[in-house]
Amino acid sequence: MSRQPILTVGNLEKRYGARIGCTEVSFDLWPGEVLAIVGESGSGKTTLLNCISGRLARSAGSVRYRMRDGVIRELADLGEAELRFLMRTDWGFVHQNPADGLRMRVSAGGNVGERLMAVGERHYGCIRRTASDWLGRVEIAGDRIDDQPIAFSGGMRQRLQIARNLVTRPRLLFMDEPTGGLDVSVQARVLDLLRGLVSDLGLAVVIVTHDLAVARLLSQRLLVMKEGRVVESGLTDRVLDDPHHPYSQLLVASIPEA
Amino acid sequence: MTQPSSLAASAPLLSLQEVGKTFTMHLRGGVRLPVVNNVELELHPGECAVLAGPSGIGKSSILRMVYGNYSVDHGRILIRNRENGQLEDIASGDPRTILESRRHTIAYVSQFLRAIPRVSAIEVVAEPLRAAGWERDAARQRAQDLLQRLNLPSALFDLPPATFSGGEKQRVNIARGFATDHPLLLLDEPTASLDAHNREVVVEMIEEKLRCGTAILGIFHDETVRDRVATRTIDVSGFSAREAA
Repeated sequence: MSRQPILTVGNLEKRYGARIGCTEVSFDLWPGEVLAIVGESGSGKTTLLNCISGRLARSAGSVRYRMRDGVIRELADLGEAELRFLMRTDWGFVHQNPADGLRMRVSAGGNVGERLMAVGERHYGCIRRTASDWLGRVEIAGDRIDDQPIAFSGGMRQRLQIARNLVTRPRLLFMDEPTGGLDVSVQARVLDLLRGLVSDLGLAVVIVTHDLAVARLLSQRLLVMKEGRVVESGLTDRVLDDPHHPYSQLLVASIPEA
Repeated sequence: MTQPSSLAASAPLLSLQEVGKTFTMHLRGGVRLPVVNNVELELHPGECAVLAGPSGIGKSSILRMVYGNYSVDHGRILIRNRENGQLEDIASGDPRTILESRRHTIAYVSQFLRAIPRVSAIEVVAEPLRAAGWERDAARQRAQDLLQRLNLPSALFDLPPATFSGGEKQRVNIARGFATDHPLLLLDEPTASLDAHNREVVVEMIEEKLRCGTAILGIFHDETVRDRVATRTIDVSGFSAREAA
């Protein structure tokens, strides 16, 4: 087991002028661990995710990441090119809307293959074989490899986005409401798939969701956010079964059965 | 790091010291519901201690605190780590300590199985074995053996338990809790919805666990089961915080 966190966030803050996006957020994430961030829309959870994943500049605080070679780097100290390389290889980012994470006019195989090329794979046969293998892992039929995602259903697009992200074997995956736009039955399939892949690959994951059932299913640890602050954190089943903060109690009480 | 074996054998696996808990219901104007106070107990290998007392006295809450599912307001819950023999405090609420202890030390059969969509009965049972490091095939085989032993129809093995009957779900839950050889096993009314035959199977499984040195902390409303397996009874009314409220 690993003795060191892969990601350490310290006192992170994002301000939009005088308004607080999120503030005083600190946590550690270890390899193989899934951390869910829950809260209503406007609670700052997506802002937090975007700050951690280098998509949005933070106002204060630190985000430290342990690279593949074991060296811990502050993300703000990475050059633009280094950060982009990290995002394309060692990290994945699954968007709520698959169209934000896919190239809709490029074939399914091309969508997966593109990430492989970013890590230096050049052999067409290898790329196609790996892409086809990954389409299989996300339950997309092999004969759809040359189709564009524009012709896919929402659930298929989401599974394709997952394949595209995981093909480079990232160590850290960010997800923003990955099942948000899907029908319940389609959601269950995507969640089941994610659950299996995350545990098989030993991924570290930060997932933002407003759905407590999704948090319970996927995560071991939970942060509850309200008005930009973490109001409660802990083991996922502890926070959901024995919520302490008034806001966590309200969230848990507001759903039929989490 | 390693303790002399004689000391290890006599040292408790689980020790609750001055444990107390109160629920604060913020949505009900902050009303406070005391659950238990000053819980003191020790559990040694090969013992089956039964928590006794009327409903609502805090028996299940004690199990949930030991499993880390409920937080603890006062006191300590020390669990001996099977890897290094050190005592770890579950009451600290540290998620990593609790997850690690669930992976290797504490198994729990809850009152109700929480079914996960699309996950088959056999996978539900195999999951704690996989988490403890078993290979997929060996874990599935062990899961299958347990479900067979508990007389779950084999046609159900590959189906998600969501549509199972209460007794079938409970047997899946029991198989899951009994799958690993964790030294500490928490049982919350495992036989409540079982027929006589399956109840007997569970009693035999409990007896086997005890012979292997597993320490069990359990709740059994069924008196015949309780009399068969209990090595000791702990009256929880003594810890109840309700009268003091």
